[in-house]
Amino acid sequence: MAPIGTLHYLVVAAALFILGVIGVLTRRNVVVILMSIELILNAVNLNLVAFSRLWGLHGQVFAIFVITDAAAEAAVGLGILIAFFRNKETVNVDEVDLLKW
Amino acid sequence: MQQVVQPGMQPVATTFFFYFLSGLTLVSGVFVITRKNPVHSALALIFGLLAQAGLYLMLYAPFVAGVQIILYAGGIMVLFLFVIMLVNLERSRREEQFNNQWVIGLLAAVALGVLFVIVYVKGKALFPYRIAQPIENSNTQQIGVMLYGQYMFAFEIASLLLLVAIIGAVVMAKKRI
Repeated sequence: MAPIGTLHYLVVAAALFILGVIGVLTRRNVVVILMSIELILNAVNLNLVAFSRLWGLHGQVFAIFVITDAAAEAAVGLGILIAFFRNKETVNVDEVDLLKW
Repeated sequence: MQQVVQPGMQPVATTFFFYFLSGLTLVSGVFVITRKNPVHSALALIFGLLAQAGLYLMLYAPFVAGVQIILYAGGIMVLFLFVIMLVNLERSRREEQFNNQWVIGLLAAVALGVLFVIVYVKGKALFPYRIAQPIENSNTQQIGVMLYGQYMFAFEIASLLLLVAIIGAVVMAKKRI
């Protein structure tokens, strides 16, 4: 069997990214959509760490920044979700029409 | 191919662990986007995150693996579970979980897949089997030096971003401001 190189990790990250995109585009529940966004960010992180094995530690530092961003995004997104649920009693994205005229 | 490893740190069964952990990651990803109950999705996502921390360990990134477990699996997912329990999802669990955009989703997935295949086949020379000397012993120390030296401005910006996110989340979730 071929030794595990960088390309193997990149293929796994690509598959994870595609899964996240499918989740974002096809699910109705906002919580699951936010989780799919986490999947996408994790795929990017896997890419960064896989490349950092070749080109130094910069990728790992950037992966930590991406995790920070994911935490901020999850906090704000879930806050918006709670505010929205208080108004409309639903968590489905296709019923988010407060700004629609 | 000659793997460069430091003496005394010979990796064991790399191939098996790679396929095991990546399979676990992908299967839990599929569970995340297909389960009806969001709590099941969250638990599957936690499994995937832990498996991915294992992949980081295989890539000689112990600090990122630790941050992944503590922050992602421990922090962010607890936030998700709290919100799932806060918003009452009994009604939405009986509803249709998928919208009718599956054609767009499929098209996007196929387009992205073709793009990745083209990039990885054409750019194979850019992803060599060369493995830099892993400096596992001082990984955390080196990342700390880089964070507080070269990347100090970005680090401060990130802390500001977290402050803004905290205030934003409180303002959003508060009943009356």
